Order: sequence, then C-alpha cells, then structure tokens
Amino acid sequence: MTSEHTTASLPKARTGIDGFDDVTFGGLPTGRPSLVCGAAGCGKTLFATTFLVNGATLYDEPGVFMSFEERAEDLSANVASLGYDLDGLMAAGKIAVDHVKVERSEIEETGEYDLEGLFIRLGYAVDTIKAKRVVLDTIETLFAGLSDAAVLRSELRRLFGWLKDRGLTAIITGERGEGQLTRQGLEEYVSDCVVLLDNRVEDQITTRRLRIVKYRGSAHGTNEYPFLIDEQGISVLPVTAADLSYKVSNEIVSTGVESLDAMFGSGGLFRGSSVLISGSAGTGKTTISSHTIDAACARGEHCMSFVFEESGEQICRNAHSVGLDLRRHLDAGLLRFEAARPSLYGLEMHLARMHRDIEQFRPSVVVIDPISALRGPEVELQATLLRMVDMLKARGITAVFTSLRTDGAFGQSDDLGLSSLMDVWIKLQDIEANGERSRTLYVIKARGMSHSNQVREFQMSAAGLKLVDAYIGPAGVLTGTARIVQEAQEEAAALRRQQDSERRKRDVTRRRQSIERQIAELRDSLETAEEEETLLLDEDTQRETMLTIKRTDIARRRSAAE
Amino acid sequence: MSGGGANAPDPAEYQLRLFIAGTSPRSQRTIENLRRICREHLADRHSLVIVDIYQQPELAEAAQVVAAPTLLKLTPEPLRRIVGDLSDEARVLRGLGVYPLPRGGDGSSI
Repeated sequence: MTSEHTTASLPKARTGIDGFDDVTFGGLPTGRPSLVCGAAGCGKTLFATTFLVNGATLYDEPGVFMSFEERAEDLSANVASLGYDLDGLMAAGKIAVDHVKVERSEIEETGEYDLEGLFIRLGYAVDTIKAKRVVLDTIETLFAGLSDAAVLRSELRRLFGWLKDRGLTAIITGERGEGQLTRQGLEEYVSDCVVLLDNRVEDQITTRRLRIVKYRGSAHGTNEYPFLIDEQGISVLPVTAADLSYKVSNEIVSTGVESLDAMFGSGGLFRGSSVLISGSAGTGKTTISSHTIDAACARGEHCMSFVFEESGEQICRNAHSVGLDLRRHLDAGLLRFEAARPSLYGLEMHLARMHRDIEQFRPSVVVIDPISALRGPEVELQATLLRMVDMLKARGITAVFTSLRTDGAFGQSDDLGLSSLMDVWIKLQDIEANGERSRTLYVIKARGMSHSNQVREFQMSAAGLKLVDAYIGPAGVLTGTARIVQEAQEEAAALRRQQDSERRKRDVTRRRQSIERQIAELRDSLETAEEEETLLLDEDTQRETMLTIKRTDIARRRSAAE
Repeated sequence: MSGGGANAPDPAEYQLRLFIAGTSPRSQRTIENLRRICREHLADRHSLVIVDIYQQPELAEAAQVVAAPTLLKLTPEPLRRIVGDLSDEARVLRGLGVYPLPRGGDGSSI
C-alpha cells in the first residue's frame, strides 16, 4: 500500500538488484543522483555496475559509466565473473565507459579553471548512447588530482545539478571518510538518496550489510540489510516483514510417511506450515525429511534442501537405504541441494543466500537440515531464525527444520525459542532399555489441527519408514524387544485368563446340571405323591358308591319283606 | 600548426594542445596568455593546436581532459597537463619544462 503510494508520488528507477528494489519500494529516485558510499572493498563499484547493466539489459535504459579509478578493460574483466558482458553491451551501444584519469604528477595548476572538460565528456557520452543512467565511480579521486578544493566542490555541486537537470538517474560512489559518510562530504551535495555499504568481520566471518541512510520523499526500509555478492551478482535480503499477514492455506500435504500423516487429524500438514523435527543424533530426522522431499517431488513440486552437515550426494545415498530414490528428482530438476558448512558465512549471509536461492528456484518445500548447525550469538540466532521462518511463510513454502535437540542445560532455551516459531513440532527420541535402542516419535504440537498424543515407535528398514503403536500400559511405554516381550507376556496372561474363565464356565454348567437333576428327582417324587393321592381318592369314591349301593339294596330288601 | 598529416612526425620541439570550453572571457584570456608565453619563450620551437571541446567533445575524452582550460604538452616527454587560465607564467613555464633564458632576465620577464 505504502509502496504504491510512494511510487506514484516519486518516480523510481529499478536497479534490478534482488531485494534492493523491495527495500526502497521501487529503486533509486529517477532523474536524481544517489550516493552509494562505503569503505574500500565493500562492493560500491559492483553495485553501481549492476545498476547500469540491469538498466541496459532489463529496463532498456542505456548508461554511462564514468570511472575515475579503473580502466574500462579492468572494469569489464572484474564484472565478467558475475556474468556481465560489459564489452558486448559497449559494442551494442548500451553502455559507454569513460575512464577519467587524473594524474597529479602530470598536472600543473596555473590560475582559474573549472571542470567543463568533465561535463563535456559526460554530456558527450550521454548523448552518444542516449543514456538514462550514469555512474560516477569514484568522483572524489578528483580531489587527489586537483588541489583547488573550493573549485572542485563548487564544480561537483554544479555537476549534480547538471545531472538532475538532464534527468539522469545517477549513482555517485564515495569512499567512507572519517566521521562522515564520504571523505569529501559528498552527502552534502547528493541529498536525495544515500546508501551505505558496509563490510564487517565478526568472529572471523564477514558479513556485508547495506543501509539506506536517507531517501528524500520516499519511505524506505531503515534497517541494515545483509547483502551478498557472489557469482550471481548482488542480492539484498529484506529483513522481516513487520506484520504477520501471510496468506494461509488449508491444503493438506503429506509428510511422505503414511503412518505419520495419520497422526494428524487432517491427514497431513497444512501447506506453508513450518515443521520442526527435533531429536538427537541418529534418531532419523534426515530420513523423515527425505521422505517429505520425496513426497513433494513425486507431486511434481520443486523442493530445496539446505544441508549443513552432509553433501547432497550423501543424503541421496543414505535415503536409498530406506528405499527412497532421490536422485531421480535431482535429475528431473525438481530437487536441489545447497550444501555449505555453517562456518562458511555468517548467519546473515546464510539467510541472504537462502533468500536468493529460494527466489530463483521457487520451491514449495524447503528443508533445512539441521537448523541447529547455525551458530551465533543467541539474540542474533533467534532473529535470523525468525526471519528465515518469516521469509518461508511469506512465500507459502512448507518448511521442514531439523534440530539436534540437546536435552539438558544448554541449547534448551534455543530449542524452545525455535519451537515457538513452528507450527508443527515432531519430536524424535531414543529410548535405551534392556540393552537396546529404539526410536520413538511423537507430535508435540500441530497448530490448527488435532493430532495423536501417542508415542509411536518408528522403524527404518529398506522398505521405508514405518510407525508402530508403542506399548502403552501399566508397565509404562515400551518399545523394541521390550514391547515384544511385554506383548508376549500379555498374550500369555490373556490365555490364562481365558482358560480360567472357561473352567469357571464349566463349573457353572456342572452345577447347573446337578441342580437340574435334583429338580427332576423332586418332580418325580411329586408325581408319585400325586398318583397316590389320585388312587386314594378313587378308592374313597368306590367305597362311597359301594355303600350307596348297599344301602339301596338293604332298603329294597326291607320293603320286599313287608 | 605545422605537420598536418595525422601520422607525420611533428618537427616542432614543443607540441602543444590547448583545450578550451567555448569562447568565454576565460578562454580568450587563456589563449592570449599562451600566445604571449609562446612568443616570448618558444618562438619557432612549438606547434599549437587549439581545440574547442564544445565543438569536438570526442577529443576531450581521447586526451583525458577534465578541467578547462587545459594545456597539453605532448612533447618533449614527459607529458604534462597545465590547467587554468595560464595567468601564472612561472608555473606555466615550469609545466612546460622551459626555463627563462638568461637574456630574458635583463629586460622583459620576471
């Protein structure tokens, strides 16, 4: 928002230097001179040359390089190492180089003079190739060749005014002086934009830094930004985006280990999340990250791995032992390893290098293995990591960091500091018991999704990675053979319990049968009793009948006797 | 102004090029000063070419001219650049490697 606003109000000329145009929200002020100053060897000439070459090649703005120190041949030889074909551009009329030689011993001053010769040469070169950009490197050399400082100062002031009048976007380089930015105080004349380059050595490691001291009429980043000069030119690393306004993705990507994916509620990681895999040496951090790489490349995504302790070749070979063929991804151009010793650069440089490589390769998955190899003062380390995570998040890159967690007093705080930046923390642990070592894995946190709280044992074999549910029971968490033994014991106990219960079942059956038998007997005796009862009843009836019959008979006989 | 051909050796002992920027009073003054010095000290021993760098800017680059005016002494060796309006005659002569002859001492020059 700010950048659009400022570009609207103040036209800017892009330098084409990675990161610098971001820091300045668009580049150097168009049609005005800018001062680039710094001590010897800090990259002023290179910065200026890059500005010109990019102008000529990328933005169709030819440029004049007025060199007060180096000859044209030396200049083009120096920048050839960066892949700039200065000779070709000169032949094509895109760049003109004028070497201004001022030799004190040849010069005798006899009265009034001005620097009209310089103006005319510059004007002539500008007109010849219709230049839009100008570099004056390093104009203060004039003060060594000519003694009339008052004339030089007023002429320089006139020169900068002249550049402005002609609408030329110019870089004036200046050597760092005592107590001021440049030896001759050029910053007084060139007041629109001042860039300070610095080359500092700390703990035997050099870090180049760039700062925009002032930029009239424009917002700009005010921090010191590390920058990098290597065979690919200059790149500046914009430090942190101040706000945490990333676009977040709901897309789920696999970790490459099926059973690990299953530990997350959503079946994988959110794209663009940062994952920390921590564990001591040999717990399988690299192996898990290799799976993640493999899965990403298999999806056809670009994947970049920054390795600090092994070479890319070595990782490929080792991954092969768990059945992963990373080499085919390398060959297909989907995977890139960037291996460097941590001590090769300072933290800032590592960051700048990563930034540049990521900008070029545009990976969707980045592995940093191990992040704990980066050493430095704790504050700086924390800041660097923060920016690294930031940079990756801002680009929606899924990042896997491995870390050698050193349990105990030192390193703990680092680790906690790191883990709070992470969205997902997978912890690997060695468990040593019963004379063997087994690897366990658990998920400590996973922002934005439910995850398994269980400890899993994980096994690495030629068939790949496999997670096994660890034994969790009254005897604690058991892994390895202890788990197998425990499982066998449990099985035996279960068998015993089963046998017990069967015996009890049989007992019950037996008892039931005996009771049923008793019931049957009782029923029998009941029936007998009933039968007897019936019999007795019958007899009674018969007797009654007989009695009745007899009585009737007697009566009849009595009547007959009458 | 002798020796017109580009590669032809200039027979004059002192070959001089004066680079001026336009016809400003300073340019005029410089030319006058130089003519006078040449007349007094280098009569018949020099050749002089006056270049207006506004007219021929490419020559300014070729001759490594920065300041204007600049008097370039090509021969005799070593090469010298004398900048300024040549008002300080002693310094001009020193730059040219010419020392006032003894006979010049009894009359005209300093």
